[in-house]
Amino acid sequence: MSTADATAGATAGTRARRTPGLVPVKETLRSAERRPRHPAERGTPAARSPWSFWRLLRSELGLTFRRPRNLLMLAALGVVPVVIGVALRVVAGEDGMGGIIEDVAGNSLMLTFVSFSFLVLLLMPVVVSVVAGDSIAGEAGAGTLRYLLAAPAGRTRLLAVKYLNAVVFAYAVTAVVALSALATGLALFPAGDVTLLSGTTISMGEGLLRIVIAVGYVGAGMAALAAVALALSTFTEVSIGAIAATIVLIIVCQVLRAIPELGEITPYLLPTRFTNFDAVLRDPVDTAALGEGLLAFGAYIVLFGSIAWARFSGKDITS
Amino acid sequence: MTAVTQEAGAPLGAAPPPGDGSGESAIVTRGLTKRFRGGQVAVDALDLAVPRGSVFGFLGPNGSGKTTTIRMLLGLVAPTAGDYSVLGLPLAQALPRVGAVVEGPAFYPYLSGEANLRRFDAADPTARGATAGRRIAEALERVGLSAAAGKRYRNYSLGMRQRLAIAAALLGPRELLILDEPTNGLDPQGTREVRSLVKEIAADGTTVFVSSHLLAEVEQMCTHAAIMRTGRLVAQGTIASLRSGLVVRVRVETPDADDAARVLGALGLADVRRSGAEVTAELDGRAPEQINAALVGEGVAVRGLAVIRPSLEDVFVGLTGEGFDVDG
Ligand SMILES: Nc1ncnc2c1ncn2[C@@H]1O[C@H](COP(=O)(O)OP(=O)(O)OP(=O)(O)O)[C@@H](O)[C@H]1O
Ligand SMILES: [Mg+2]
Repeated sequence: MSTADATAGATAGTRARRTPGLVPVKETLRSAERRPRHPAERGTPAARSPWSFWRLLRSELGLTFRRPRNLLMLAALGVVPVVIGVALRVVAGEDGMGGIIEDVAGNSLMLTFVSFSFLVLLLMPVVVSVVAGDSIAGEAGAGTLRYLLAAPAGRTRLLAVKYLNAVVFAYAVTAVVALSALATGLALFPAGDVTLLSGTTISMGEGLLRIVIAVGYVGAGMAALAAVALALSTFTEVSIGAIAATIVLIIVCQVLRAIPELGEITPYLLPTRFTNFDAVLRDPVDTAALGEGLLAFGAYIVLFGSIAWARFSGKDITS
Repeated sequence: MTAVTQEAGAPLGAAPPPGDGSGESAIVTRGLTKRFRGGQVAVDALDLAVPRGSVFGFLGPNGSGKTTTIRMLLGLVAPTAGDYSVLGLPLAQALPRVGAVVEGPAFYPYLSGEANLRRFDAADPTARGATAGRRIAEALERVGLSAAAGKRYRNYSLGMRQRLAIAAALLGPRELLILDEPTNGLDPQGTREVRSLVKEIAADGTTVFVSSHLLAEVEQMCTHAAIMRTGRLVAQGTIASLRSGLVVRVRVETPDADDAARVLGALGLADVRRSGAEVTAELDGRAPEQINAALVGEGVAVRGLAVIRPSLEDVFVGLTGEGFDVDG
């Protein structure tokens, strides 16, 4: 025991003895002497930085696009069109051409559409689900969510950033597939006018424009899927759970679509709309089909965005 | 000189500061209650008042509701009942002025310490990106992590992680620091450093609200304390006022224990006890030197005389029980 303590004890001892209990704090307040040195700082509302939303979004994008797992998935998706292209080239060289093979082998741009129709059913949705499903659940599981919200990121603001990030990633996925397919197609197949499904021929420039439209459409579909994954992500602290749930949903939809008796509900299933990008291969472009698809994507985004917001804004963060 | 001694040396009955509202308190809670789904009442009608400028120790056994209280103060968990105010501001405006460590560090393992801080700084809408580099370097410097700034968090030791969490709490100018067991996992050197860091921060006028199990640490570091037990507040006040509820005793070491006991009794001291060559009694506000003079005057050979002041630990044990069981 130090001498200082003993003195303090003696002083304390002179006071009337009291049973411990609720002691009013103001009794021996010394806060008057411990005022902040810069009282002017107090009470002035902390100014919001005008670019703060974009700064957080940039941080989020940096995290997403530097994460090795995500880069690996993008790379894997980029390889698929190359494999498809090489396989078609080999097949086209061996025997007589016919059907889809003839379409592709006849023009370099067609590989993009073929790649989309392969990948849009499962692989692209899976990759988007991994990022979007991980977005809230992953932070919750790692405990970083509590520090983000205490920063304070703001729940609605954070959710908006997470969703925009997922949308950007969805378009990155779509663009990687398109660019890889385009490059492979140009390397392996003749460039020139494009013959559409309806038999008419368009110029190569027009063909490229239609690829851009297809990318916009498929990206929107992936963004709608990202909204579903994000909503599921707010319900768990285990990101694998949210990711797996989204993938299971996609597979269930694909199975339901394959059952002819359930034809009535297929228009309402999200994956049904993914393949509508082939509307750009009609002449003129089947804008009705694209419009319906985009409407469905919008409805999914609004519905699942609302679910995500309702859940996340009221959720207790206990991780 | 410790804060505790300053407190005890303050004139008793000093006039309370003007005003009594949230303006004078960094944290006020009224009837704050959290009942988790499943019926677990983690925090039960908590009335806290943390004065501005204090270093406030928040004590309680495992599971007594400290972390849950801190989560409510930070808006992470919604109270079931009651209300609270932080810095007297709406929470969204208060939080940028609050630095917090909640239930240990949590960072992105694949990022460096510095990149992690940049990430959390970006989440604060009032922080400016232009000054981030300087503020991050300062925060790392303050917790002694500058050398490991570029190392991946995955490869940090437990103590380095804890330091990084404290650095994240110091990224901006703070009026309130909420630290949930900040010395968890730190080596003795690190613990001392955190203690002196807290004092340094408090000297700048920042209020520090720190939860801990380590009573000796709170005793050395804090001006005020509150003690929780199964979600309820059992005591709060200045460290000295908490201690004043317990009895101060005098202990005499002597070969003439019987004589000493008789003298102490004659002096009117209560509860005289002897064991071997030791006699103790309640001091009851008397000057120890007078007792010594009386003993020597009666021919008692005094080998040692000490004032035994109850420690915070005694207060804590008295209020929360000796048991080793967790609360809840
Ligand atoms: N999400 C939750 N759901 C149900 N009960 C919970 C939840 N989180 C905490 N509790 C319960 O609330 C009580 C208080 O927990 P809390 O974490 O606040 O204690 P603590 O004082 O911080 O303990 P420690 O000193 O061990 O950190 C405990 O009984 C705990 O089991
Ligand atoms: Mg705790």
